[in-house]
Amino acid sequence: MSAENKTADNIHNRKIVINPGRLFSSPGNVLTAVILAMGLFITVMRFTKGLGGVTNLDDNYPWGIWISFDLLCGVVLAAGGYATTSAYYLFGLKSFNTAVRPAVTSAFLGYAFVVFALHYDVGQPWRLVYPIFYSPGATSVLYEVGLCVFLYVSVLAVEWSVAAFEWLGWKSIRAVIVRLTIPLTVLGVILSTMHQSSLGALYLIAPSKMHPLWYSSFIPVFFFISSMFAGMSMVIFEGALAHKGLHAEMDEHHLRDADKVVLGFGKAASIVMMGYFFIKLFGLAMDNNWKYLASGYGLWYLVEIFGFVLLPSFMYAIGAREKKTGLIRLAACITVIGVVVNRFNVSLVAFNWQLPPAEKYFPHWMEIGLSIFVVTLIVTAYRVICYYMPVLREHPDYEAH
Amino acid sequence: MKRRTFLSFLGVSGVAAVLPTEGKAAPVKDFAGHPDAVGVLHDSVRCIGCRKCEAGCQRANNLPMPAQFKKPAKPFDDLSELDKKRRTHFQQYTVVNKYESSKGKTVFKKFQCNHCQEPACASACFVKAFVKTKEGPVIYKPNLCVGCRYCMIACPFYVPTYDYDSALNPLVYKCTMCYDTRLKKGLLPGCVEICPKDALTFGKRSDLIKVARKRIMDNPGLYVDEIYGETEMGGANWLYISPVAHKELDQPELGKTSAPELTSGALGSVAMVAGIWPVLLGGAYFISKRREKQAAEERDAAVRAAVAETREEAETRLNTALDKAAKEKDAEVAREVKKTREETAREIEAKYNPPEPEPEEADAETEKNTEEDA
Ligand code: SF4
Ligand code: SF4
Ligand code: SF4
Repeated sequence: MSAENKTADNIHNRKIVINPGRLFSSPGNVLTAVILAMGLFITVMRFTKGLGGVTNLDDNYPWGIWISFDLLCGVVLAAGGYATTSAYYLFGLKSFNTAVRPAVTSAFLGYAFVVFALHYDVGQPWRLVYPIFYSPGATSVLYEVGLCVFLYVSVLAVEWSVAAFEWLGWKSIRAVIVRLTIPLTVLGVILSTMHQSSLGALYLIAPSKMHPLWYSSFIPVFFFISSMFAGMSMVIFEGALAHKGLHAEMDEHHLRDADKVVLGFGKAASIVMMGYFFIKLFGLAMDNNWKYLASGYGLWYLVEIFGFVLLPSFMYAIGAREKKTGLIRLAACITVIGVVVNRFNVSLVAFNWQLPPAEKYFPHWMEIGLSIFVVTLIVTAYRVICYYMPVLREHPDYEAH
Repeated sequence: MKRRTFLSFLGVSGVAAVLPTEGKAAPVKDFAGHPDAVGVLHDSVRCIGCRKCEAGCQRANNLPMPAQFKKPAKPFDDLSELDKKRRTHFQQYTVVNKYESSKGKTVFKKFQCNHCQEPACASACFVKAFVKTKEGPVIYKPNLCVGCRYCMIACPFYVPTYDYDSALNPLVYKCTMCYDTRLKKGLLPGCVEICPKDALTFGKRSDLIKVARKRIMDNPGLYVDEIYGETEMGGANWLYISPVAHKELDQPELGKTSAPELTSGALGSVAMVAGIWPVLLGGAYFISKRREKQAAEERDAAVRAAVAETREEAETRLNTALDKAAKEKDAEVAREVKKTREETAREIEAKYNPPEPEPEEADAETEKNTEEDA
């Protein structure tokens, strides 16, 4: 790979080479191969034995970690797409230029694989088009989620296709899409607002099953606002990872602007998280839930909003003021974990909290295995795309995107 | 004529009269239920926990006997099964559970779908696989179901169950009030018909509420003064009266707010999001464009000023140069003429006495190129 990189003009029009031998060329690749094999095994099991063969789901717990992690976390962590495109195109923050492509790429992959993973979770995936094309149940929050995710995945595909067309050299179609940038960005924000909040609204229908600390009529607002800082944190976090693993694919412009993105999003995230913290408190006061704080659930709730919201919010603020990118990256890491914790709290800890411990759910290893498989697919696809396409660098034939 | 039969007769003929049509999804606000909808009243004072209704349900719906269950269970006449707390599953739509009550009495409660007036399951289903019929029962259309299981999340009573072990056609299963299997034929639900103690009464929901009230009034001290299902989440068509607080019988404490009402606010704000965002974002976009334009204008102005200054300076310099040139012009002309003459002479010489080429250097060049190609 390094040898090819030396010839500067080659990097922009690499031809696809398939070389299965490469799979075993490093420990990382061997691990990837093992995970892919495990994923195939689970896939076969899932579609021959049914959900019962690979999951611990039951009639009290119809949703397990494939919903908590693959759907709820997958969607919220892919919010970097709308956060970055709106910052750059709509709010005119010019230093975010180089962050747009990677954010759109990872958002597109994130959503595409959310949809992919849903094919494992629903009982009859071959009917997944029914809600949109055959028998729409418009009274359902899930219908809104489905429709918005379907539309947004299409929007992201179009936004992302610019990179693909540059790589393929299809200039005229690229030019058409570039002209659609602003309307697509606005559409993306609308759709994101709707489905990010609706994912929280899914739980509005079951107040009696949810722990009061996590049930609130504000839950759609909580989900939407947390998606903003989750998206920004993911951009910072992925940026840090990409600098470790994909440095060779980055051009100078990208490397130069990376810190500006970190500082800009760090500052924004600190403000949004502070706001989120206070509306969480406000929600607590509105429903007069203080009494629940003095319990195990209460303690865990406090850990969530102090340890995973207020703390990283301060870290972001300090990091942004003193220009300490390392601190901001650490804050991003904590925030990402915190958002995952929150989604698990809502969907698994708070849900069914009154059931006796013996009836609670714990995931089957194959459920965890499939989630790891999906993450591996995303990372692999991201690496492949960044290797071939102008994502972390600009293509010389086109001016700055 | 026994009261049960009388009510049943009314109810069944009512169903038969309105049958082929199905109700629309219930509207959100102030929905009082379909006026002629039927339901069942379960009386825990009368119920003796014989499990006959469980057996009757299997028969009515062609379900397997407990020995053939995925997790085999004791036969229906074995009452020791009541010592376990059980729930329904895809092979059993109703179970009876036993409770040792605070009054020191053993109380039984039958559990199945409550056929809510504004069902959470139907409101949650994104393909309209659940339908609240005008006649009362909440029914399921298996050919639409995607298997997302949101209905199971939504139902406050933990009623819908799923066949997790089917790879090709997993579906949701629950009590249907025997809508297709019996009501349409003018028969009572399987469980109601078989009950030996009249603990289950079938009839119009509005009549059942009157019956329940009367029983509570006529038997002071025997019942708690509350009909469970009358208002819970908008009311259900399956109602319960009991000698102890319903909470003791695992009936969830629910507000009056129906499922559609719980979500209508969130769904309603969709239009607002779609309306407000473009305006705000468009505003942000044009402000940032305007800002850019302003910056550009200021820059242009600065550039123009600088250019003007430079130009003035340049003009002065040019004029000086021109002056100087004018003075030097004559001398220049003389020099040019001389130069041209000399050049012409050189050209003529070169034409007739060309210089020798230098082959060595050219060879070296070629060699270097070959090396690079390799
Ligand atoms: S009890 Fe549950 S399954 Fe039955 S109608 Fe009500 S919400 Fe639907
Ligand atoms: S599992 Fe089937 S019936 Fe239940 S909500 Fe999903 S599609 Fe509707
Ligand atoms: S009404 Fe029918 S399906 Fe429902 S519990 Fe009774 S017998 Fe079973």
